[in-house]
Amino acid sequence: MAHAEHSSPAHPLLQEVRPAELPRAVLVENNRSFNWITEKICGIIEGKTPTWWWICFVLACFVASFTVAGITYLVATGVGVWGHANPVNWAWDIVNFVFWIGIGHAGTLISAILCLLRQKWRTSINRAAEAMTIFAVVCAAIFPVFHVGRVWFAWYLFPIPNSNAIWQNFRSPLEWDVFAVSTYGTVSVLFWYVGLIPDLAVLRDRFFAAGNRLRATLYGLFALGWRGSNRHWSNYEMAYLILAGISTPLVLSVHTIVSFDFAVSLLPGWHTTIFPPYFVAGAIFSGFGMVLTLMLPLRAVYKLEDLITQYHIDCMCKITLATGTIVGYAYGMEFFIAWYGANPYEGFAFVNRAFGHYAWAYWIMISCNVITPQFFWFKAVRENTALVWVLSIFVNVGMWFERFVIIVTSLARDFLPSSWGYYSPSIVEIFTFFGTFGVFSVLFLLFIRFLPVMPMAELKAVTPQADVHGGHGNAKH
Amino acid sequence: MSAQPYGLIATFDDVPSLYHAAESVRDAGYRNWDCITPFPVHGLDKAMGLRRSIVPRISLAGGITGFLTGMSLIWWTGAVDYKLIVGGKPYFSPMFAFPVAYELTILFTAFATIIGMFVLNGLPMHYHPVLKYDQIRRGMDDTFFIVIEARDPRFNLENTKALLARAGGKAITELEA
Repeated sequence: MAHAEHSSPAHPLLQEVRPAELPRAVLVENNRSFNWITEKICGIIEGKTPTWWWICFVLACFVASFTVAGITYLVATGVGVWGHANPVNWAWDIVNFVFWIGIGHAGTLISAILCLLRQKWRTSINRAAEAMTIFAVVCAAIFPVFHVGRVWFAWYLFPIPNSNAIWQNFRSPLEWDVFAVSTYGTVSVLFWYVGLIPDLAVLRDRFFAAGNRLRATLYGLFALGWRGSNRHWSNYEMAYLILAGISTPLVLSVHTIVSFDFAVSLLPGWHTTIFPPYFVAGAIFSGFGMVLTLMLPLRAVYKLEDLITQYHIDCMCKITLATGTIVGYAYGMEFFIAWYGANPYEGFAFVNRAFGHYAWAYWIMISCNVITPQFFWFKAVRENTALVWVLSIFVNVGMWFERFVIIVTSLARDFLPSSWGYYSPSIVEIFTFFGTFGVFSVLFLLFIRFLPVMPMAELKAVTPQADVHGGHGNAKH
Repeated sequence: MSAQPYGLIATFDDVPSLYHAAESVRDAGYRNWDCITPFPVHGLDKAMGLRRSIVPRISLAGGITGFLTGMSLIWWTGAVDYKLIVGGKPYFSPMFAFPVAYELTILFTAFATIIGMFVLNGLPMHYHPVLKYDQIRRGMDDTFFIVIEARDPRFNLENTKALLARAGGKAITELEA
């Protein structure tokens, strides 16, 4: 049919119609050269340690010491120093675990899902976002590991032969979670490291040329003798694509399995089929909140505006808006199903969430998670970096409260009114959680000081001059 | 240089000239040669005449191993080695074994992919004649090289030099073995 139209003489007016020019957003602004990218990113590592870095580092170490203090006291005394008691046997520890694991998800989304979808804007933020993932998993792992009580028996979680000759209960979602989280941590580290190898080779050669043998040796050791060979790149690109391909189902499965910890139980408010997609959307939402919280100061401090452009911020804000709205929909749908399912216990659990003793937490959650992202509809908001940063903090706060609301309100008002209780955290829990922000910051500060914050090779590959046909790449693809 | 060199290295300033030079080296029938680029150049595999990477086959093998490991681990521990009734559920069912087998599929695929990639690339290799070239640092930064090895049957110092020069290569240098 199209062919017939093509052969017939077109209306003279139609011949004058030209398709609209829709230029692709530029990913590296001001038409920077390859060398400029290398100098910019390596300059961060090679330059003198800035004063602000030392101030932040000392502060972060101080905050991290709260976790060390909290955990030391717990190990020396017993898990009873945390505030949980019947019926609320899961509280801040699991809230914090889910909170940190969720934050990690944006890193994997950026590095894996956006890679498969050929969203080239991911290149300037993926390295830092993957680092964030790994450090968030580290913070998350602290809580369940110490919640087991006798932490020196934590290896019982893994199928390692022990003197009781007994094995793990693989029917339990908690055991699935052990495998999900440890696989997630391991694959994230591998993915990150593979991405780092070409950039470590750059640093190796630069430090060697500068005569810094110690650092040349250290970077060189981890660069594994990378020499930029295209025969290597060919296998490397394929391996990277496969890692992206398997990380995509991995990231979706991890928070799904985390949600199974709740959904597979029979407790009203937990026992719902909406949990897996709702948790995954929430995880990506909170993760993008954290990516914005971290990248905006980094961009300002290191003057990376040519690499993290307004287009990047727009994209991140829009994903936050989309996932935040999905989360808002899930809140509404939970209420609808609680009513429509005609189960009085389920109905009570939800009315109790919104109007019970923990209503304050519920409404903090709603305002931070449902209302905050709606500001990102407006271009003026997205272009106001300081405001975006403040809103991203609200997202982080809101998502922490979401986990608190889900976990604590359901447990505090379970089936048996005689055992109802009200949970408040003990000072030990507050210390431990507060300190994890320090642990995270210490790791992130070390990362930005010693490793390239952006993947130089990938950034160069998305510039127009990387195109084999002479720089028309942006217009053509 | 008295001994046979490792090969010849030629410098190219931008991606299009490297791409076209790679095509002419390929068409001249060379086998043992390589391009050195600071980033993966889209389309260069074709210009070099490289076949599709076989990493995916190794990944698939890893994935299958991981899935079978997960399933057999849960079957053997729960239904063979120490039978224990938990919640009146069967000793083994692929349903409850699935999440763990799924995660192990991904874990083993990741390791197989990365180890396979390193083995195929012959890495780690901390010593290589190319890394001794004094300008190689720029190959990690913003310059492109073509290396033709002396062990290639078509290698002939004069003719290969001429080919690289015709293709637009600059600073054609012999690499010490």
